[in-house]
Amino acid sequence: MAQNMKFRNPELAHSIAEKIKTVTPKKGQVKFCHVCVTHEWTITHFGLRSLLPENVEVIAGPGCPVCIVPAAEIDEAVQLAQKGVVITCFGDVLRVPGSQSSLLEAKAAGADVRIVYAVSDAVEMAKQEPTKQFVFHAVGFETTAPITALEALGDLPKNFSFLVSHRLIPPAMELLLGVGDLQIDGFIAPGHVSAIIGLKPYELFTRVYRMPTVVAGFEPNDVLMALYMLLKQVSENDAKLENEYSRVVKPEGNPKALEMMKKAFTVTAGNWRGIGRLPDSALQLRESLKPYDAREKFDVHVKEGRDINFGCECHLVIIGKIKPKECPLFMKACTPAKPVGACMVSSEGTCRVWAKNVAAQA
Amino acid sequence: MLLDGTTAHVDFGQGVLRDVNVSLVEAKVGEYVLVHAGYAIQVLEEKEALETLSLWNEVLDAAGE
Repeated sequence: MAQNMKFRNPELAHSIAEKIKTVTPKKGQVKFCHVCVTHEWTITHFGLRSLLPENVEVIAGPGCPVCIVPAAEIDEAVQLAQKGVVITCFGDVLRVPGSQSSLLEAKAAGADVRIVYAVSDAVEMAKQEPTKQFVFHAVGFETTAPITALEALGDLPKNFSFLVSHRLIPPAMELLLGVGDLQIDGFIAPGHVSAIIGLKPYELFTRVYRMPTVVAGFEPNDVLMALYMLLKQVSENDAKLENEYSRVVKPEGNPKALEMMKKAFTVTAGNWRGIGRLPDSALQLRESLKPYDAREKFDVHVKEGRDINFGCECHLVIIGKIKPKECPLFMKACTPAKPVGACMVSSEGTCRVWAKNVAAQA
Repeated sequence: MLLDGTTAHVDFGQGVLRDVNVSLVEAKVGEYVLVHAGYAIQVLEEKEALETLSLWNEVLDAAGE
C-alpha cells in the first residue's frame, strides 16, 4: 500500500486538526473515551493531545487485557506452575502481580514458565515434551479469543490445556457509561476488537445511551479523523455509529472467528482487576472442551485475590478516572523497571505507555 | 504471502518473514492481512483504504470553502 504513509502524514494531521477546531463547541468540556491501549500509544507517541482544542479531552478506558486480569487468575497460574505444570503465556503476562507472586517470581523460584509468541508455539512444545503437562494462560479481548478457540477446537495433544482469562470489551464500555462523574461524550471504539466483532455490538451505545461512537484505526490520522467525526456529531447533537477503519473493520466483523468463539466458549460473568465483577463479560470453555480447561483438569479454583497494592491507583487509571501522572506512585515508587501495579507492568498498560511516551518527553 | 494449507509465509516488511496461521480468514496470495499473535485475524482492503483517504480529502477540501 503505497498510500499508507498518508495515514501518518504530518501536514494532513495539521489539516485535520484545523478542521477539528471548526466543529468544536466554543463552550464547555467535551470528553471522549477510547478503550484500546494502542490508541493511547498513538495519541501519546505522536503527541495528538497537543493538537486538540483545550476543551477537548481524550481519556483511556480499560483497553489493556493484561492489566484487567484479576490477581486471583494469576494466582491460579502460579498454583499450576507450582504443581509442576509448564505455564506458557505472552511476555506481558509474566510480571503481572498475583496476590503473593507473579509468574516471573514463580519462575525465579524454580517453576517452568515459558514465554511464547503464539499459542501454536505452546502446542508445539507440548507435542515435543509429551511427559510434561502444558497450560497456556489465555489472556486477551476479542482479538485474541478466536485464536484460543481455533486451537481448542483443533487437534490438541492430551498434555495441553488452557487457563482462560479472556474478557469482552462492550460490557466494559457499558460500565464506563454508568460511572456518573466520568461524563463521556463519545467513544472511540477499538479497531482490532471491531475487526472481529463488527459494528453491531456498539449499536447499544448509540441507541440506548445516545453516545456517538466511531470505530477508529491506529495511525495518528485515523485517530484525529475519528475525533473530528465525533466532534461533528456532538456539534450536531447526533449519536451515530460510524466506521473510520473500513479498510480493516467490516460491518459483520470476522464471521469465521465469531463462529469459532461461539463453538468454543460460553459467556459468563467475570472479575476485572480494579473494576469488579461484570455480567456477561468473560469467556469459559464449553462443557465439551472441559478436558482442555486447566481449572477443571487440575482442580485449581481461586475465588479471591489482592488486586491492588497499597498506594497504587490502577483501578482509577483503568477506567480513565485519573491520568497516570495523578497517581502518587507514578514514576516515583512505580516505574517500568520496578512496577507496582498492573498498568505499569504490561507494555499495554496506560501507565507504561505514559512512562515511555509522556514522562520521557517531559 | 505464500499459502500452504493453513499456514502462510507473511512478509512483515523490511525483510521480516514469519509463518502465520490463516485459518481464521479467507486470504489469497498477495493480499495484506492483519496479524495478531501469530494468526491472521482480518484481510486488509486496499480499495477501502484508498476510499478512506479520498473521503478525508473531501472533508478537508470542504474546510477551505
